[in-house]
Amino acid sequence: MFVLRLVLKNALRHKLRTSLTILGIGIAVMSFGFIRTIVTAWSAGVEASAATRMITRHAVSFIFPLPLAYRDKIARIPGVDQVSYANWFGGNYKDPNDWKNFFPRLAVDDETYFDLYPEFLLSTEDVEAFKKERNACIIGAKLAREHGLKRGDLIPIDGDIYPGEWEFVVRGVYRGKDATVDETQMFFHWQYLDERVGQTQPMRVGNVGWYILNVKNPDEMARVAQEVDAFFLNSRAATKTETEKEFQQSFVSQSSAIISSLEIISIIIVGIILLVLANTIVMAARERTREHAVLKTLGFRPFHVIGLIGGESMLIAIVGGALGLALTFPVVGGFAESFPTFFPVVELQIMTILLAVAVAVFAGVAAALFPTIRTLRSRIADGLRAVA
Amino acid sequence: MNIPLFYSLRSIWQRRMTTILTLGGITLVVFVFAAVLMLANGLEETLVETGSDANVIVLRRSATTELVSQITRNSANIIKTHPEVKQLPDGKPLASTELNVIINLNKKGSNDMGNVSVRGISPEGLLLRPHLILTSGRMFTFGTNEIIVGKSLAEKFQGVELRKQLKFGDGQWTVVGFFDARGTAFESEIWGDVEQLMPAFGRPVFSVVLFQLRDPADFTSVKERIESDPRTQSSIAKREIDYYRESSQTMSMFIKILGLVVTIIFSIGATIGAMITMYAAVANRTVEIGTLRALGFRRRSILGAFLFESIVLALIGGAAGVALASLTSLIRISTINFSTFSELAFGFVLSPGIVLASLIFAVIMGILGGFLPAARAARMQIVSALRAS
Amino acid sequence: MMIEVENVSKAYHRDSIEIPVLNNISISVPEGEFLALMGPSGSGKTTLLNLIAGIDRPDNGSIVINGTDISRLNESQMARWRADNVGFVFQFYNLLPVLTAFENVELPLLLTRLSKKERRHHVESALDLVGLGDRMGHTPKQLSGGQEQRVAIARAIVTDPTVIVADEPTGDLDKVSAEEIMTLLERLNTEYRKTIVMVTHDPRAAEKAHKFMHLDKGELS
Repeated sequence: MFVLRLVLKNALRHKLRTSLTILGIGIAVMSFGFIRTIVTAWSAGVEASAATRMITRHAVSFIFPLPLAYRDKIARIPGVDQVSYANWFGGNYKDPNDWKNFFPRLAVDDETYFDLYPEFLLSTEDVEAFKKERNACIIGAKLAREHGLKRGDLIPIDGDIYPGEWEFVVRGVYRGKDATVDETQMFFHWQYLDERVGQTQPMRVGNVGWYILNVKNPDEMARVAQEVDAFFLNSRAATKTETEKEFQQSFVSQSSAIISSLEIISIIIVGIILLVLANTIVMAARERTREHAVLKTLGFRPFHVIGLIGGESMLIAIVGGALGLALTFPVVGGFAESFPTFFPVVELQIMTILLAVAVAVFAGVAAALFPTIRTLRSRIADGLRAVA
Repeated sequence: MNIPLFYSLRSIWQRRMTTILTLGGITLVVFVFAAVLMLANGLEETLVETGSDANVIVLRRSATTELVSQITRNSANIIKTHPEVKQLPDGKPLASTELNVIINLNKKGSNDMGNVSVRGISPEGLLLRPHLILTSGRMFTFGTNEIIVGKSLAEKFQGVELRKQLKFGDGQWTVVGFFDARGTAFESEIWGDVEQLMPAFGRPVFSVVLFQLRDPADFTSVKERIESDPRTQSSIAKREIDYYRESSQTMSMFIKILGLVVTIIFSIGATIGAMITMYAAVANRTVEIGTLRALGFRRRSILGAFLFESIVLALIGGAAGVALASLTSLIRISTINFSTFSELAFGFVLSPGIVLASLIFAVIMGILGGFLPAARAARMQIVSALRAS
Repeated sequence: MMIEVENVSKAYHRDSIEIPVLNNISISVPEGEFLALMGPSGSGKTTLLNLIAGIDRPDNGSIVINGTDISRLNESQMARWRADNVGFVFQFYNLLPVLTAFENVELPLLLTRLSKKERRHHVESALDLVGLGDRMGHTPKQLSGGQEQRVAIARAIVTDPTVIVADEPTGDLDKVSAEEIMTLLERLNTEYRKTIVMVTHDPRAAEKAHKFMHLDKGELS
């Protein structure tokens, strides 16, 4: 009603200043949303972990392989539903110094792997075609898009962990069940890897990178992990079994310093929003010192005046926040397309949007704080004498 | 005729509150700008200093990092006998055959595990890195399960103490000393005898061969020799310095780009803040401006005075930002190196170049923020300015 | 008595220095009076005016207006009291620049329970009385100094206050406009029986008043 109308008119008094402030806040809110999105994208793998999947790897570190013979023994542990395995193939695709050429390349057990990863959607034709050829591979839809690959294309890889010239032919493209699934991976037959290794480095055959387990009952996961590791404790290759979430988390936590820095930056951004807005509101309040005194003379109470100051602050903060949110969407979209394989899953989460709104509201309130205190403390007579 | 400087400085003082707010914004932005540059600088220093330009590292051709590289004993022996390799007084080549693997250790203060790089060396390995000094304990004895540990690791991981044992590979390894490597990447590593570590990890081959050149100019010829010899042609020789620089490229690039994007966005915000303040300053002093013009001061001088104020503001904010940023040199960051997969500790390193760049950046923000408002001030008509009140 | 000021003192504090402004002043203003407070700069006349209008509080003494001792009221009560009882006319008009003449005059009525229609009625009457019925939609920028002051007077009377307080009402006006304003104030006093207390330097303005008081260094002389 009236206060609102006056607030709006006051804000429009200095169109340039108000627009600049809104713009400043908009840009800051946009960067806040953007940086938070990077942070959440970093842990996307953790979030996408399935509830009942576990990873068994070499206890020393994931770079050491486990014997294939372990498969049957793991499968017999009570509570284990299914077992599959995979090797990190690595290698270089085209120019290894261009990070666009990095994407996960895995040798997997074609019988069981996709059963354990139901979120990779494959057509039966693709699965058939894949199974028919030794060096066939399946790639994710986002990978196919980024590199312009389609069924029938050849992917040449210069092996490093497994030296030599390798060539794979695309026979299938998988889609993710939802937006949280990584669509940038490449899978080929573990059999093929083992065969070639047998020819060049026979000592390395029969080795698996890690095992993937599916547990029937999520409550059993801790027990299953213990039993598996206890079973192999005194073997040549001791194991470490953990939930997929913990496994993914261990990678993320190593970059925790970077993530923390990004979080600190997002807090600094909030500070900047506050400074820009507070700057404007302090100025506006100072200009209107005399007017506010007049209103008090007429009998308006302090809370009316606070309503004017706070109202203008909130109005600018919210409009700026809305602008910032609107800008965040295209920026996040552009980012998702630029680093598809480093950040395979990028989405602007609801929580981020809510936080951005909260930040704008907080700024609206905080920026009005000092002018409000000043006006509460000031005497009418002094206010009337003020020169803007 | 130039407007006296004290006029500008006095005006800034009179509008303390808004001035402080604007300064705050500029300080924050310059802080982020400088901190990012310092971080990238720190990372580069750590990694580049890790290498020496007299040393050559030989890896498998397709391997971008030691971790995935393989050199057979045969190849290593051939490489060590090349004439370009420096010889020790007793005739042996100054070359070290090394193994590089990753193990997991428990971090201190949390349930997380971290990746740690383990390096097996030959006795010559120490001679090839003269900047490595033992800070406590002693060097490990070759032929035993003794190891020495970089001092960064002792601070970050559990159970890493003198005379304690670490369990990995196929046995127990006794920590007999800690070493300092002048802030280079080696400080995040565990070192032991390569001939003990290889069988423990079931590795039949080395990761790399590292040797010193008899004469740094010999690099091209020894590289040619190694890469054209059919017995070693699957290998590639690099200067150690180049190898480490390349392995930091991705991280360094990532930090720089992220930092640049963030800084650009921030600086737009700060510039807008500065603009708002300057516009207000101009509006508030309309009568003064008219008076000064009436007295005979030229438009140029008005423009100059306001721009000067804006730049002074920016310089103060910039200096404060740099001062704050220099405090970050107390922080050590530890994160995973995307290329080598091991944990890398590095810090923020300030340089005169960074200080200069930050101040220039601040001044640019001041000029951008102050220019339009100053132009408006200069354009005012004397009569309307005097009438406004 | 409409206004009873008894043994009132007031001092200002600037940094740590205390500057006495009013020194044990007592005055009485009967209902329907038109009083002019005069005196040199710094004599305390504006301060006294502010105390009577309820926008400042005395250090000592009491001020009773129409039966209410306003020196005993708290901030909130003072605000209510001002809205109901005082109309203020300032030297620099003090209209809100973003509001039209109509909206400026309407301001004090927003504190009452009157409906929109009732408010409109009062505003229009007030503006008619000051002779600006045809300029209701204009903003202060579009009005001359004299017109602005007339709008200010309309605002001062729209709630039908018991006391009108004016601080140098003609201080910023030219001779003709000043004359108009003073005639208006006189009308409010004689026709509408409003008690008016006015501070002024302008001898011509003072002419219209009926009673004079001189202040010097915080005391009546």
